[in-house]
Amino acid sequence: MRFEIRDRAIDTAELAGELASVQAGASVVFEGWVRDHNEGRRVQRLDYQAYAPLALREGERILDEAREKFAIVQTRCVHRVGALALGDLAVWVGVSAAHRDAAFEACRYIIDEVKRRVPIWKNEHYADGESGWLHPNNTPVE
Amino acid sequence: MSYRVLYFASLRDRAGCALEEIAATPCNASALYAQLRQRHGFALTQSALRVAVNGEFASWQRALRDGDEVAFIPPVSGG
Repeated sequence: MRFEIRDRAIDTAELAGELASVQAGASVVFEGWVRDHNEGRRVQRLDYQAYAPLALREGERILDEAREKFAIVQTRCVHRVGALALGDLAVWVGVSAAHRDAAFEACRYIIDEVKRRVPIWKNEHYADGESGWLHPNNTPVE
Repeated sequence: MSYRVLYFASLRDRAGCALEEIAATPCNASALYAQLRQRHGFALTQSALRVAVNGEFASWQRALRDGDEVAFIPPVSGG
C-alpha cells in the first residue's frame, strides 16, 4: 500500500527513503502539522477519525491519478488518526520524479485531493473547552 | 431487512454510537438517511453528505440489500 493510515507517529526518514530511485532527480515532500489556532480560536489538540476501508481505497485512487497525470517515479502518503498534540505531524506526502516540475505539481495535487475527498475528519479542541468537527473550508459542520 | 449503519464525526456524536443495526423495510440509501435523520435529529441534510455501501461510494438511489453496510459521509476535513 502506498497510501496508509496510522495511529502512531510517522517516521519521515523511513518514508523519504522509499522515494529514492536512480531515475529520480527531484523529491518534494509536504508535511501537514497541528497548529495552535484556526479561524481566530486557540487550538489545544486534535482528534482525527477515519472510515479506514474507504479512506485507503480513495487514497490509493488519488496516488494512481497522480501517476497518470504527472511524470513521477515514486509516491507515498500517510495520514495519522487518533489524538494529536500541537506540532504533531498529521499528514505526509512524498513524490519523486525525474524533474522538479512534476514532483511539485503531483505533491500539490495529492494533498489537495486528500483534503477534498478522503473520508477523514478533524475534531478541534479549543482552549475554551469547546470542540467541533470541521468542514473542508474550516468552518464548523454544525 | 437489516442494515449495518456507520456514523462518523458530527453524525457519530449526535447518534451517540459509531454503528447500529437497523431493521427497516426495503429502501434506498436516501430513504434510509431520511428515516435516521428524523430518529437522531441530524442537522446535516442529504445534500451535504455522500453515501458509501459496503466500503465503496454509492448512489443515493441504490436499493439496499439485506446485510448491507451503509456509511453516511459528512464533509471531510483531513490534512
